[in-house]
Order: sequence, then structure tokens, then C-alpha cells
Amino acid sequence: MHKLLKALARPLIGSLRDLLPVILVVMFFQLIVLQQPLPNLAQLLSGVVLVVLGLTLFIQGLEMGLFPVGESLAHALARKGSLFWLLIFAFSLGFGTTVAEPALIAVAEEASEVAAAAGAIDDNPSVQQAYAEGLRFTVAFSVGLAILVGVMRIVKGWPIHWMIMGGYLLVVIITSFAPREIIGIAYDSGGVTTSTITVPLVTALGVGLASSIHGRSPMIDGFGLIAFASITPIIFVLIFGMVVH
Amino acid sequence: MAWSEMLQTVWDTAGDILPIVVMIAAFQFVVIRRRMPNLRRVVIGFVYVLIGLSLFLLGLEQALFPLGRLMATQLTDPAFIYSGIEYIAGAIHWTDYYWVYIFAFAIGFSTTIAEPSLMAVAIKANQVSGGAIHAWGLRIAVALGVAVGIALGSYRIVTGLPIHYFIIVGYVVVVIQTFYAPRLIVPLAYDSGGVTTSTVTVPVVAALGLGLAETVPGRNVLIDGFGLIAFASLFPMMSVMAYAQISEYRAHRQRSKLSE
Repeated sequence: MHKLLKALARPLIGSLRDLLPVILVVMFFQLIVLQQPLPNLAQLLSGVVLVVLGLTLFIQGLEMGLFPVGESLAHALARKGSLFWLLIFAFSLGFGTTVAEPALIAVAEEASEVAAAAGAIDDNPSVQQAYAEGLRFTVAFSVGLAILVGVMRIVKGWPIHWMIMGGYLLVVIITSFAPREIIGIAYDSGGVTTSTITVPLVTALGVGLASSIHGRSPMIDGFGLIAFASITPIIFVLIFGMVVH
Repeated sequence: MAWSEMLQTVWDTAGDILPIVVMIAAFQFVVIRRRMPNLRRVVIGFVYVLIGLSLFLLGLEQALFPLGRLMATQLTDPAFIYSGIEYIAGAIHWTDYYWVYIFAFAIGFSTTIAEPSLMAVAIKANQVSGGAIHAWGLRIAVALGVAVGIALGSYRIVTGLPIHYFIIVGYVVVVIQTFYAPRLIVPLAYDSGGVTTSTVTVPVVAALGLGLAETVPGRNVLIDGFGLIAFASLFPMMSVMAYAQISEYRAHRQRSKLSE
């Protein structure tokens, strides 16, 4: 038990540090600017405790299990030299980590509630859940695809900026065909997808790959996977919106 | 809190982490065909992930979402905006919401400056540039980028302007900068757009946007409420490249001064 507490101390400090700026800013505005009492203070506080505890366990669990295994797999596959398995791995890594990404779960749920309240989809729980899940799987699929293309880029040494610009161009073109209701959600999904789980594993894959291929610099070729993973979800969620709305 | 609700969350979360578990196991045992070292530890780690994620999602519903919405509601309340002044219905100008922009800026700046993944990026950028880019300078640049992004995003929600105009102009600026920025910084700058929005920040900022769209008269939640996170991921790309350009220019000038 003592050992466990000691192991949890560092991620606990980390998640407190994540939350502290939000709490300080909100408190400043409540006490100095608004000068109003917070309603439901007890519920807010218990929620904050749950968030801190949950985030702490989550990060600690990632560092014990997923991160070391994922990284060793990424290195092993990068050395194995089979492009086929590497690409399959890249896709499933992007897909699997994105489905479990907490921020995406939160935003997809919120989006389904808002869409139902606004009458864009039917207002019943099963339709809402289907919408939220459809959104999440669309995003997860597109992140998988992005990592796959990004890995291809590292292997072939394609320059990143042309691909990013091509992606932007696609976003702009598809936006003009998409219904207005999905545009905000789609643009947001680009930033939401890549946080706690995806970033460390994907970066490990990119840097590991770039350092094991001759003639690639980990600095130029190792980064950039996240950038792809922030563009493709926009494109695919826009298409998802055209289908659903 | 009801136990059934808690169990349901744990069950749903198990479904969320299933794909990554299956995929890791498949690659470990089928493709690499090696025994997993520390299997016990890894399994315990996944149990922590399951419990932690469930608790986080429960707390999110209770604290982070309500907090963002509450701030939006209170800061846009006519009684707060027009404290002491007589309120004329329907005549709120976008400049009257200045506390909203200040709040958005403060949330963006403070959460980003403390973001651990940004610290890692900043240290790497320092190494690539051979010390020309200072880690702290870069962190301030990104935090300012996020802060300005979220503040501008809330201005957009208040005025109801279409989001894609802003984003497309942003893309054009990013593309132009790409041609002039030092080549080594470009992938890092592109990545920094995605990493700056952390798991805690995203729900608060998303709820702030939705709350604003709900309370500002004449706004549609679905059309206007989203988009703050998009702004928060676009602006750091610009500020990182701008900072790298300025650092390079200054280093260049210093060198030419020395050679004279």
C-alpha cells in the first residue's frame, strides 16, 4: 500500500498541476470580478476530486502498461523492416489510442446532446449514443489513417509541408459542401484527438522509426505525425456530417 | 451518486479501451511473437487506466463541464454586464462582453504554460535550434497563441461570424509562414498545434463555448458553440513559427555584428 501511494505521488502532482490553473483563474473571476457564490459547490468539489483521482490513476496506469509496451512494439516493428506490418501497426495504434482518448469521449458526448437539443438528430438516448459513437469512430478511423500516411511519409521521406498544405486545401474544399451544423464540431475534433494517450505513443513511433532508417533525421522526419492526426479528423468529420445531417 | 451509474461508466470505459488492448496483444503475440516482459505490471496498469478513466469521466460531468458553462452564463449575464446601468433589451454590443474575452485569454494562457507535453516540445526545439530558441520563450509564445486563439474564438461566438473564414485565413497565414520559417522548426510547429490542448482544458473550453452560444442572444448552440478548440490548436502553429523566425533573425543579426 505504501509503495502504491509513493508510486502515485508523481502523477498526482502532475494532474493537480493540470487542474490548478483552471481553478485559480475561475476562483479569481468568481471572487474578484463576478463576486458571486458558486452554486452546487459540494458537487463541484467532489467532481474536482474525482477528476484529480481519475487522471492520476489513468496516467500511472498508462506509464505502467500501455506506454512501455507500445514503445517497445513500435521500436521492434520499426527494426523488423516489414512495411506491411508497420502500416497495420500504425493504423491500429492511431485508431485504438483515439477511441480511448478521454477528451474525445467528452466532446463527442457533448456534441450529441447539443445536436439532439437543436433538433439536428432525434432526441432519444439511443440515437444520441449512436451519433456520439459514430463521431468517435470516424475520428479514430481518420487518426489511424493519418498515422499510416505519416509513417509512409517517414519511410519514403516525402516533405511534410506539401502534404499539410494539401490537407488544408481538402479541408477548405469540403467545408464549402458541408452543412453548417457540423463545421464547428469538425474543426474542434482536429484538436481534441491528440492528447494524453495518442501523443506519447505516436511520437515514440515516429522518432523510433526515423532513427532506425538510414538517412532520416529524427528531428525533421520524426515529428509531424500529430500534425497529420489533427487534419484528417476535420476532413472525415465533415464528411460524416454530410452523411448524417 | 448511484452505483448503477458508476458501473455503467466502468462498463462503457472497458469498451473504450478494448481496441487498444486487443491490438497490443495481437501485435505482441502474433507479429513479434515474444513473451511480454512484466506481464503482471502491464495488466495492473490497464486496470488503473480503466478505473482512472471512469473516475475522470464521472468527475467531468460533475465539475469540468458545469464549471465552463457556469462561467459563460455568469459572465454574459446582463445583470453583471450592466451592473448599475439601465439595461436596454437587445442592445448588447460585442465590446460589452470584454470580461468574457479576458476570461478566455486567462484560461488559455494559464493552462498552456503549465502543460507538460509543451515543456517536452520546448526542450526539443531548444536542442534542434542549437540554443537559438529558448525553451521559456517558446512556451510563452505557445501560451500566448492559445490565449489569443481562445479569446478570438469567443469573440467569434459572441458575434456569430462563420468559423471557416477565421480558420481558412489562419491556414493561409500558416502556409505563408511555412515558406519563411527555419526548416527544422516546421514539423515541431505543426505538432505543437495538436499537443497544447490537454485533457483538462478541452472539456472546460468546450463547455465555455457552448455556454456562450446558449446565453448570448441570437446564437445557435450547434452552429456557434463549437470551434474554440480549433482556434486553440491553430494559433500555436503561427506563434511557434513566428517565434522561431524572430529568434533566427536576432541570432543572424548578432552574428553579422560580430563579424564586422
